Amino acid sequence: MIDFEPTEEQQLIVDTVQQFARSEIRPVARESEEASKLPEKVLSAAHELGLVANSLPESAGGSGERSAITGALIAEELAWGDLAIALAILSPGLSALPVAEWGTDAQKESLARFVGPDFVPGALAIVEPRFDSDPFRPATLARRDGDGFVLDGAKCLVPWLDGADSVLVVANEGGSSQLFLVPRDAGGLKVEPERYMGIQALPTAELTLSGVALPASARIGGDAGVDMRRLIAQGRVALAAMAVGLARAAFETARDYAKERQVFGVPVATKQAIAFKLADMALEIDGARLLAWEAAWKLDRGEDATREALLARRQANRVALEVADGAVQVLGGHGYIRDYLPELHLRNARGFTSFEALALV
Amino acid sequence: MPISFDPNPATLQGRDEMHEIAVQHMRPWSRKYDDHEHEMPWEYVNPMWERATGKSGKGDSGPGDGMVTVCVQTEELCWGDAGLYLRTPSPLLGGSAVAAAGTPAQRERFLTPFREGKPKWGAMAITEPQAGSDAAAIETTAVFDEATNEWVLNGTKIFCTAGEGALEYEGGLVVVWATIDKSAGRAGIKSFVVTAGTPGVSVVGCEKKLGIRASDTATLRLENCRVPADNLLGKAEVKKPGANPSGDKGFKGAMATFDASRPIVAAMAVGVGRAALDFVKEELERQGVPVRYDAPPREQTAIERDVIEMEGELQAARLLTWRAAKMLDRGQRNNLEASMAKAKAGLAVTKITQKAVELLGPLGYSKKLLVEKWMRDAKINDIYEGTQQINQLIIARRILDYSSSVLR
Repeated sequence: MIDFEPTEEQQLIVDTVQQFARSEIRPVARESEEASKLPEKVLSAAHELGLVANSLPESAGGSGERSAITGALIAEELAWGDLAIALAILSPGLSALPVAEWGTDAQKESLARFVGPDFVPGALAIVEPRFDSDPFRPATLARRDGDGFVLDGAKCLVPWLDGADSVLVVANEGGSSQLFLVPRDAGGLKVEPERYMGIQALPTAELTLSGVALPASARIGGDAGVDMRRLIAQGRVALAAMAVGLARAAFETARDYAKERQVFGVPVATKQAIAFKLADMALEIDGARLLAWEAAWKLDRGEDATREALLARRQANRVALEVADGAVQVLGGHGYIRDYLPELHLRNARGFTSFEALALV
Repeated sequence: MPISFDPNPATLQGRDEMHEIAVQHMRPWSRKYDDHEHEMPWEYVNPMWERATGKSGKGDSGPGDGMVTVCVQTEELCWGDAGLYLRTPSPLLGGSAVAAAGTPAQRERFLTPFREGKPKWGAMAITEPQAGSDAAAIETTAVFDEATNEWVLNGTKIFCTAGEGALEYEGGLVVVWATIDKSAGRAGIKSFVVTAGTPGVSVVGCEKKLGIRASDTATLRLENCRVPADNLLGKAEVKKPGANPSGDKGFKGAMATFDASRPIVAAMAVGVGRAALDFVKEELERQGVPVRYDAPPREQTAIERDVIEMEGELQAARLLTWRAAKMLDRGQRNNLEASMAKAKAGLAVTKITQKAVELLGPLGYSKKLLVEKWMRDAKINDIYEGTQQINQLIIARRILDYSSSVLR
C-alpha cells in the first residue's frame, strides 16, 4: 500500500537524531567550519547513538537491520544540523557497509572496529580529480599482478579523518568498477590534504596511487566483487537525503528571518515576492525528499535503483542549490555575512554535484 | 504502515482498466474533438456511461487507498485525453459538492439519477466575470421567496466546466455559488443545486480555448431562476464572524472541496505530462537514441539531460499528489499538501509538455501528432482549481502561519 509515513521505530530514530542535530551539531557548525576542524566531542557523542552500528549485522558488532529508508531519514536530519559534521559522523559506514554487504568472511572479521567504543572512521575513494569523473568507469586502474593487484590513479574528496587506517578505493579492474582495501601506509600512496569551497570542517584528501601493490585479499568480495551500481545508488540516496536536509535548514533560516525582519512597517514575509519564494522552496524540498525515499525503497527491495537514485540526485542537488541561494537572497545583505548560515548552506550545496558516495545508506 | 511506493493490487487493477479505456476510447478521438470543439464526444461518453451504470469494473480500490486510487486512475485517463476526461458523464465537481455538503436525502435525490438512464453530467459554477480566485467577490444573488418556499437566483457564471452537459441533458445538475447577504462577504456565500430543465437558467455559450477543447466550458445565465428551498446545500443562516453555533462549515466548508479536488487536478496534470514524456521517450527509442541513467554528465547529450530532468519533475509532482491523496485517505488535513501537489504538477507539466514540443522539433509542433495538443492541454492545469499563484499563496500562509488578512 502506498504510504508516506515512517514506522514508529523510524520516527523515534528521526526524533532522536533531530534532537541531537539541534542541540549538538548546529551550535558548533559555524565554529567547526571556520576552524576547519571537526568537533571531536560531537563525533563521540554521535557514535553513542549507534547510527552506523544500527546498519550492521550483529555478527559485526552491530545491533540492527540495514534499511536505506531509515538511512535516508537519518542522513537528512544530520545534514540539517551541518553537512560536514554529518558526513564525518557517518564516515565509518563508508568502510563498513560495503564490506558488510559484499565482503568475504575474512574481510567481515574486521568490521567490529568501526562500531566499538574505539571505533575507527572509514573512507571511500570514488571521486577523481577531473571534470569527467565517472564512478561507473573510473580512470583509476587495478591490474592483476601475480596473486595480487597493482593500483594506479588519482582520487579526491576522500574523507581523511584522524584514526582511520585504511581506505576503500574504487578502481577499474578489467572493465568492472570494483573496491580495493588500501592501507593508509601502503607503498606508492601519496596523500595531500585538500581545501574546498564548503564542508571545510571535514578533512579530505587527494590520493595519488603509483603502483600500489595489494594482496588478492584486498579486492572486496573476492572474485564475486561488489555491485557497484547498487553502491553508487546507495551513495546517491544518502547524498540526496542530505541535500534535502541542507535545503530544509536553509529554508527554515530564511522563513524565520523573513518573519522577524521588518520592512515598511511589516514583516518582509508578508510581501508576496518573499512569501511565494518560500512557498516554492517548501514544496520543492518535499518533492525531492519523496524521490529520495522512493529510491531508498527500491534499494530496500533489492531492486536496481540506478534510475530512481539519479532522479533523486538531480532533483535534490538542484533544489539544495536553489533553496540555499534563495535563502541568501531572502536574508539580503545579512545572507552574505558569515554570522548567518545561508552563505555556508550555499557553499555546501554547490558541492553535491561533485560528491559521490561521501555517505551511504 | 511503513513508507512504501507499492500500490494496492486494486489500485493497479483500476489503473489498468483506465489505461485500456484511454487506449480504446480516448486516444482514437483525441484529434477529432480537438478539431471539433463543441461537439459531444459520444464515442467516449457512451462506453464510459455504460461502464459507470453497469456492473462491470466497479472494483473496490482496497482498504485505505481510495483517493490514491482515484488519482492513479485520473492520471491514466488524462494520459488518454484530458479534454475528453472532463466530458466523462458523471456528477464531477457538482457531485463532490453535494456529497460533501448535502444531507443524505439530498445526496439520494440529486445523485441517484447518475446511476441510471441516459448519460448525465454535473458541474460547479463559481467563477464570475469579476470573481475568479477571489470567490468572496461573487455577485450572483440568491433571495428567499417565503411565499413559494423557493430561492431565486440571479447572475452570470463563467468558466463552468461541463456546464453545457449538465444543463442541456436531462438529470444533470449545476451547483451554483451565490450570496444571500452581500454585506456578510464570504460568510454570505452559499451553494445551490440547479437541475437541468429548471426555468430561468440557460447556457449562453461555450468558450473557445487554447486546449482541452473537448471540454465544454460554459457561460451560464440565471434570470429569476427558482429552485426549491431544499436545493440549498448547508444552512441558510449567515454566520457572524467568530461564531459558529450551527456547526455549518459555510464558506470554509465550500473551500474544503478543493482539498479533495486539487490532488485530482494534480493527477490530471501528471497524466498529460506523462503522455508527452512517454511519447518523447518512445520516439527517441525508435530513433535509436537511448536515455542512459548511468552515463556521467559529460557523456549525456542535451536531450538525455532534458529527459531525465522531465522525469524527475514529473515523478516529484506525482509523489506530491499521492501524498496529498493519501492524507485524505487517512482523514488528515491536507490543504497545504494539496496545494503543493497542485502548484508543482501544474507548473511541471506546463514545462514538460513545452519541452517535449521543442525536443521533437517539427514533429512536436505538428498537428499530425498529439504532442502539440498535450502542450495546449497541459497549461490549464496551472490555472484552474486555483492558479499557480493562488496555491503559492495558500502554501505561504500555512508555512508562515499567516492568516489571509496578514498575507493578502
